[in-house]
Amino acid sequence: MADVIVLANADERDLRQLAEYRAVGGYTQLERVRSLEPAAIIDELNTANLRGRGGAFFPSGRKMQFIPPKEQIPKPHYVCVNADESEPGTFKDREIMNRVPHRLIEGSLIAAHAIDSQHVFIYIRGEYLDAFETLRTALDDARGAGLFNGVTVVLHRGAGAYICGEESGLLESLEGKRGQARSRPPFPAASGLYASPTLINNVETIATIPKILELGGAEYAKIGAPPDSTGTRLFCLSGNVVKGGNYELPMGITIREVIYDLGGGIPDGRALKAVIPGGSSMPILTADQIDVPLEHDALRALDTFLGAAAVIVVDDRACMVQLGLRVAQFYMHESCGKCTPCREGTRWMVQLLEAIEAGDATHSQLDLLLDVCDRILGKCLCPLGDAAAMPVASYVVKFRDEFRAHVDQGGCPFGGESSLEGLFAPVDQHTHHPVAEVPA
Amino acid sequence: MARPLADEVRAIAEQYPESTSAVLPALRIAQERHGGWLPPEALEEVGEALGLTPAYCKGVASFYDMFHLAPVGRRLVEVCTNICCGLRGAQDVLQAFERELDVRPGETTPDGAFTLRAVECIGGCGWPTVVAIDDRHRLNVSAGDVPGIVQELRGG
Ligand SMILES: Cc1cc2nc3c(=O)[nH]c(=O)nc-3n(C[C@H](O)[C@H](O)[C@H](O)COP(=O)(O)O)c2cc1C
Ligand code: SF4
Ligand code: FES
Repeated sequence: MADVIVLANADERDLRQLAEYRAVGGYTQLERVRSLEPAAIIDELNTANLRGRGGAFFPSGRKMQFIPPKEQIPKPHYVCVNADESEPGTFKDREIMNRVPHRLIEGSLIAAHAIDSQHVFIYIRGEYLDAFETLRTALDDARGAGLFNGVTVVLHRGAGAYICGEESGLLESLEGKRGQARSRPPFPAASGLYASPTLINNVETIATIPKILELGGAEYAKIGAPPDSTGTRLFCLSGNVVKGGNYELPMGITIREVIYDLGGGIPDGRALKAVIPGGSSMPILTADQIDVPLEHDALRALDTFLGAAAVIVVDDRACMVQLGLRVAQFYMHESCGKCTPCREGTRWMVQLLEAIEAGDATHSQLDLLLDVCDRILGKCLCPLGDAAAMPVASYVVKFRDEFRAHVDQGGCPFGGESSLEGLFAPVDQHTHHPVAEVPA
Repeated sequence: MARPLADEVRAIAEQYPESTSAVLPALRIAQERHGGWLPPEALEEVGEALGLTPAYCKGVASFYDMFHLAPVGRRLVEVCTNICCGLRGAQDVLQAFERELDVRPGETTPDGAFTLRAVECIGGCGWPTVVAIDDRHRLNVSAGDVPGIVQELRGG
């Protein structure tokens, strides 16, 4: 068997169809585990060493074990599936929902059984209209086939806010509020949705569960880079690469293999400059670091993270100051505004990066930029602040000469030829107004 | 005849343990019924259906990028300008739309036909540039494709 788990059989069959999914053994694990004690499911996930695919790599079985028993907190328990996928560079959950929606539904129902829950909410980002429709149809089919067994599954659309992918922002949004992050504790396991015990997992995490139960945790744990990085990931390959897209592969494959063997290399004969290994919030790697295996421990040793497994390839045409500016603009736009270091710090980062790019900065302002990042890191209510500071600080440290050249030359050394030159950021369009009244 | 908004919203609210959870779906429906944006009447209708004040509804709506508190054109053209698309020519695509539609990002054409926006990553990064037209994604769009897309939208 090729090591394809989450997307298994999706190339040969149209697994959006319930009958097709059933033909490859779909929903048999759900039916089997419903007669088992929840602890047996959790044991299997712990044996598999399944870790969260949403970015934080938290052990999924342990997360379920944090949910207190109903005797302790006599309230409904909730499962929230995080389908908000908004980190720049990630588009794997979209593929899962579009191609194997029933695997996600089966996983959700198994997770519900594992924490003794009757209520599943799937929070899908508002921009994923096609995935929403596919999933809605699949839910109707599964419900119609009597597979829910009393569990309610509500498909809830977001409305455009990156912070709603952060688990506490998601809960606020699902409760009908502005999606601002919550301070913790309490953690969602004890007090989540409607202040009740809540399990929150990423789409890919949940969609992996049925296959783990089918293979057995011990078999699953042999795939990938055990002991920590077991199993496969859907690597989202994008940027300056010939064949971007999702590739499901065992963890431990190197960045070089992903870019050159699967992605067909860099287009237009350009040279590789840098790679972001996990999504736009992750510290960057230089071209000489691409033999690193894509697994947790090896990337940690290089001070970065696998994150949501989004591999963004950057070729030698890109100005690193412009890249940093555009990343900072994104996080400034998406900051929920609740805590000062993130709300003000991301603005300050943008202002400094604009000055550096324009050639108006001094060398001491490069240090000031690092200092601002340092004053954000670890000092915010939620990790969005870190998500802005970590990558930008890594660009300054690793491409210091390029940043210095902006200061020394009084402008961008790319002289208008950078691939990111003049890239417009949505934050700037709030200053424009509609030119005309729209006729009724 | 479409169902009254309040009926539709209350039916949705029943899916949730607490009806306030239906604010986002309710705002979406109200926006669809009011030509793609949320005028004060729309916020009042949503508030009334869910027992909330219009100010609360506006406060929620203003947090989210997909709710519009000012009029928009009949078609919404949104170009992703985040880094993955940016590395592959998103700026050229955006400028091609600016030229074809003769508006700046954030603006609506004088005839009310189009609103052009730049948007943050919409989750199709491996197929740059991604352009959403009324929330349907077009993948691998290049600047050269833009005149044809605009012609198609004008004709269709
Ligand atoms: C700013 C921010 C955005 C996030 N966005 C997402 C997201 O879009 N999807 C997701 O699954 N997790 C996202 N996360 C991680 C979630 O907070 C949470 O850890 C995750 O959904 C847990 O699921 P897992 O254990 O299965 O990974 C985000 C975190 C932060 C700080
Ligand atoms: S870190 Fe940013 S997004 Fe998170 S709570 Fe603070 S202001 Fe909000
Ligand atoms: S960066 Fe354009 S879709 Fe993600």
